[in-house]
Amino acid sequence: MQRTSTEGPDYFHKVVDCQWACPAHTPVPEYIRLIAEGRYSDAYMVNWKSNVFPGILGRTCDRPCEPACRRGRVEDEPVAICRLKRVAADNKEDITGRLPAPVAVSNGKRVALVGAGPASLTVARDLAPLGYELTLFDGEAKAGGMVRSQIPRFRLPEEVIDEEVGYITGLGMEMRLGDRVDSLKALLAENYDAIFIGSGAPRGRDLDLPGRQEAAANIHIGIDWLSNVSFGHVEKIGRRVIVLGGGNTAMDCCRTSRRLGGKDVKVIVRSGFEEMKASPWEKEDAIHEDIPILNFLVPKAFTHDNGRLTGVTFEKVRPEYDAKGRRSLVPSGEPDEHYECDDVLVAVGQENAFPWIERDVGLTFDDWGMPKVDPLTFQSTLPNVFFGGDAAFGPKNIIWAVAHGHDAAVSIDKLCNGEDIAVRPPPGTSMVSQKMGIHEWSYDNDPANDTRYRVPLRDKGESLRDVRLEVELGFDRAIAYRETQRCLNCDVQTVFVEAACIECDACVDICPTDCITFTENGEEDDLRGRLKAPAPNLEQALYVSGDLPTGRVMVKDEDVCLHCGLCAERCPTGAWDMQKFLLEMTHAGGSCR
Amino acid sequence: MTYITKPQLHHPQLKTNALGYTRRDYEGSVSTLCAGCGHDSISSAIIQACFELDLPPHRVAKLSGIGCSSKTPDYFLGNSHGFNTVHGRMPSVLTGANLANRDLIYLGVSGDGDSASIGLGQFAHSIRRGVNMLYIVENNGVYGLTKGQFSATSDKGSKSKKGVINHDAGIDLVSLALQMGATFVARSFSGDKTQLVPLIKAALSHKGAAFIDCISPCVQFNNHAGSTKSYDYVREHNEAVNRMDLVPARETITIDYAPGETVPVAQHDGSVLHLHKLAEHYDPSDRVGALAYLQSRQALGEIVTGLLFLDPEARDLHENLGTVDAPLNTLSERELVPGAQALARLNAALR
Repeated sequence: MQRTSTEGPDYFHKVVDCQWACPAHTPVPEYIRLIAEGRYSDAYMVNWKSNVFPGILGRTCDRPCEPACRRGRVEDEPVAICRLKRVAADNKEDITGRLPAPVAVSNGKRVALVGAGPASLTVARDLAPLGYELTLFDGEAKAGGMVRSQIPRFRLPEEVIDEEVGYITGLGMEMRLGDRVDSLKALLAENYDAIFIGSGAPRGRDLDLPGRQEAAANIHIGIDWLSNVSFGHVEKIGRRVIVLGGGNTAMDCCRTSRRLGGKDVKVIVRSGFEEMKASPWEKEDAIHEDIPILNFLVPKAFTHDNGRLTGVTFEKVRPEYDAKGRRSLVPSGEPDEHYECDDVLVAVGQENAFPWIERDVGLTFDDWGMPKVDPLTFQSTLPNVFFGGDAAFGPKNIIWAVAHGHDAAVSIDKLCNGEDIAVRPPPGTSMVSQKMGIHEWSYDNDPANDTRYRVPLRDKGESLRDVRLEVELGFDRAIAYRETQRCLNCDVQTVFVEAACIECDACVDICPTDCITFTENGEEDDLRGRLKAPAPNLEQALYVSGDLPTGRVMVKDEDVCLHCGLCAERCPTGAWDMQKFLLEMTHAGGSCR
Repeated sequence: MTYITKPQLHHPQLKTNALGYTRRDYEGSVSTLCAGCGHDSISSAIIQACFELDLPPHRVAKLSGIGCSSKTPDYFLGNSHGFNTVHGRMPSVLTGANLANRDLIYLGVSGDGDSASIGLGQFAHSIRRGVNMLYIVENNGVYGLTKGQFSATSDKGSKSKKGVINHDAGIDLVSLALQMGATFVARSFSGDKTQLVPLIKAALSHKGAAFIDCISPCVQFNNHAGSTKSYDYVREHNEAVNRMDLVPARETITIDYAPGETVPVAQHDGSVLHLHKLAEHYDPSDRVGALAYLQSRQALGEIVTGLLFLDPEARDLHENLGTVDAPLNTLSERELVPGAQALARLNAALR
């Protein structure tokens, strides 16, 4: 193999699995260390800068960082990154003085933001301090979008939304709440310098089955029903409830039902339990609230009596896999099953809907009714119209909306400054040695052996009585500290300088996870098989040195490195060093141009 | 020294041996030796060898004297018996322990000061008595704990870190062991585990006095130009006479060398050593030839490594003395106090 090039931002960034996996590339180990030090406000601001909604995301994020976490590969479970983020939000002091001040002087550029959800709010957060005149439109009376309408209050209290949305709207912008944009043509005519569309995926899919019309009074579309609950329009549901669908919305629907009078609440899903779209922890939460999840049942008809829903009939299916491993569901041949219920919640997916965009304004749509959007710049086929969040590429989640918002804000800022928006700003990076003394490092290099801590929950009986009572209590400071010590500090990189190496094997001997091998060079496939420990995880890089005096090379498998620094401590010549790699995304503003 | 303990977290695919232990289970506490010390590599090789031999850790006794090398038993086999003796007296204590309990596996760890200076006599006598043990000298040619004076194994003409020339003749422990009748003699280098680990395995399986002289650079005081025990010097002058694999008794032999190149040597315990020749005319069963070869190569400044001599039919101290078969601590009062009749028979035999 060639000597590994660590030039540029990517090599070491990829070693920080959590940060690499985060769409907004939040410097996770950096804020976890700040939490460990008790510097909650600093940890909050690191988050606020990169993901804008630490308190909201600390409760609701889809946490792509956690499946990526290296800790999950050296023991059973990843670090509870998401819940640590909440700890920063819960324990911070007043940080309002650290937010950008509203800008007194406009830069003369006007930007319209359609929809006040996380994508638009991120664009607003990035552009407002630069002097842009922003106008934020939303059909609802309060800003927040799906964060406010679809996420139940028992998972995300209203105060948290008000606080974090308030930090952004407080930066100074025109708020046009309750003012749903119903014509893009009209908006274009107002001659904004740029328009950002972050209107989400607001339409819940329906199930057009026999009996749907007749029993319509007791069949509800999941996301609409959730927002009616959030806004206080719906306060109860029948005793027996069936939720159709296996995604996170279905989990929110069933848990909400339990709090509005549903005693016998079931989730019934076409697929198997494992393939359900809902995050594993959301399924766990539902099961914890005594909600059974029934699998491999395809709804066939709504049964009704005198215009009143009586239940749902299901066909039983089983999975079959073709040669390519693709799954199809085929009838099992068993008799249909009927489940009685008083109400049905349909949570079988969401769709984008752009009824307010005239098809003759110059925007190109694809065959599925989605706008043509550049995945890097978020520009549509109209140069000054940008899309982001669920409106751009269909339903994803909050953290993706934030990432889109940052990128779209960069595009808008460059566009308004007459620059080529296709030229993207590189992230800012730094590498700093952590060496303090012969065996002292400026990070805590001793990883704890503790297994993952559980977030304490409110008593079930109590929390099922009130749909607005938060279930998760969050880590207290003591448990949070212990959880932070599970973090492996993957951003503190092992950096090898072959010129200094005397090939004494000290690093090989001490490495707790057998990452390091000195061996004859070879092709990657060959090398991966004959290292001190096999390196089968092809997604993780091999760090290969140039030739050493004995003709061998040093090969380090990044896969399960604990970043404990023992290789560097036992190195007599300083050929190994532990250096903190800090990567921060470049947001809109001077440095992006 | 390193302040933190080595994390318990390990590679998820870490192998287990026949006893269900991983290599990590044979480790000891974290070394307090200087970073880069060759001794740590030897510790690591001992760990690897014991793991591969499926040795039950509680059946191993590790004994040492005083010095950097003699500290190392703390850094491997944390679940074995250990005894730090006084300076140079490890061989006597090991001999006593071996006489008392012949069932344990004895590992004597010493250094060039401990064995070639203060303990030279002890070393020689334990070898000549044929104590069943592995005696390993971690030989760095320097007194590291007292800041780098020449030791008794420093080669004549080699230079100290400060540039002083050594005028005294060096003691070659390998030649001494051969002369004293050791039945397994090898030399190796801490920086070459592919050679060292099989040698340790073979030596631990050998019944009789097995001696390994392991050159182990002292990074702090003896790793400079002019030293004959530095990483660079040893790598440049290392002449391995053979390579070896040990095939345990319970495994079928799968190694297949071209005929004539490899000599299989059966061991007492049923294991087989496969000696892969590197030096054409070297015969490790010829004690006199070995001595001559070593001296001629040494005169050229070469460091001969590998398995230098092996007597697979070796006898050990217990056989020579006709001692009781069982460890003394398993003997009951019935055997220890056989009664008046037995005493009368004994007295009659002496009349």
